[in-house]
Amino acid sequence: MGCGRTGAAIAGSLDRDGHQVTVLDLDAGQFRRLPDSFGGRMAVGNGMDAEVLERAGAREAAAFVAVTQGDNRNYFASQLAREIFGVKNVVCRTKDPERGEIFGHLGLQTYSPTSAGAEAILAMLPGSGPA
Amino acid sequence: MYVIIAGGGKVGYYLGRELLSGDHEMLVIERSASRAAEINDLLEGTVQQGDACEASVLDGAGIARADLVAAVTGDDEDNLVVCEIARYRGVPRVLARVNNPTNALLFEKRGIETTVSATEAILSQIEQELPVTSMVPVMQLHQGLELVEVRLSETSPVVGRTPREVLLPPESLIALIVDSGGVPRVPGADTTLTAGDALVVVTRAESKGMLQEALIGGAHGFDT
Repeated sequence: MGCGRTGAAIAGSLDRDGHQVTVLDLDAGQFRRLPDSFGGRMAVGNGMDAEVLERAGAREAAAFVAVTQGDNRNYFASQLAREIFGVKNVVCRTKDPERGEIFGHLGLQTYSPTSAGAEAILAMLPGSGPA
Repeated sequence: MYVIIAGGGKVGYYLGRELLSGDHEMLVIERSASRAAEINDLLEGTVQQGDACEASVLDGAGIARADLVAAVTGDDEDNLVVCEIARYRGVPRVLARVNNPTNALLFEKRGIETTVSATEAILSQIEQELPVTSMVPVMQLHQGLELVEVRLSETSPVVGRTPREVLLPPESLIALIVDSGGVPRVPGADTTLTAGDALVVVTRAESKGMLQEALIGGAHGFDT
């Protein structure tokens, strides 16, 4: 859910590896980010709508990844996938690290690009540890 | 009792105002700075600007000692997140406004059982309380539009008003008024709606319930 740079990269990679992938986005124009070789399904719709998720095949999905720009939208859709459709492996990108930590205690796998980015950059600054 | 209200829109504001007049300690958290400033004056300084979906904002608002958190923004995903964080912080009672009635199921699955949906409440009033016969279908028009006739009784909420003052559902309009003497008139700025008038109204099939409520009334004492 969410065909931005991250979503398109994840979908392209899974597709290349032979998995069956459906990409969901509100804006069909976002599908241009997918590689030309992409063989999965592209669905236009709101992933916070249970009917849209069902039509996208959430009931049969082994995994659900929410990578829209909105932490709360990602959370809402992830819980729909988990609670209503029984998806086992759910990943919810959460930019706000505090919120992400709480979401992690509520049944989701979360990833915070903010914390990960800060750590990666700090690692590139020699001597950035305790002075 | 200490109540935190997330969202200072119409619902949050009126809720805050009612709680303020009682014996409760209350705080409204509103994301928009201009809206927060606007209602802060009206709510005697009990409004804090901030995003209630951020745990640190809720912590700053003293969520640890809150007895109840009501999440009443216009976005269901925000309301869900506020309730989840509040519960995670140990708030004994959380309550959510649900804008899309079908979302109530997810709130329930997440253990947030107190949800309030105005859409659902109005719908049930329309289905249960209104006489179905007071609106007569006249004909089907193009593209989902319909022509219906509504006869105004003494108890109609629009009697005494001009057509312009009547709040109709989207894409609905009063096309013609036939008074009790059988005289047809095109509604104008100086037309007053009178009991006994028959209104010929263009509307959409899915708006007929709301139209009925607007012109005939019947949802008793409900206000949003």
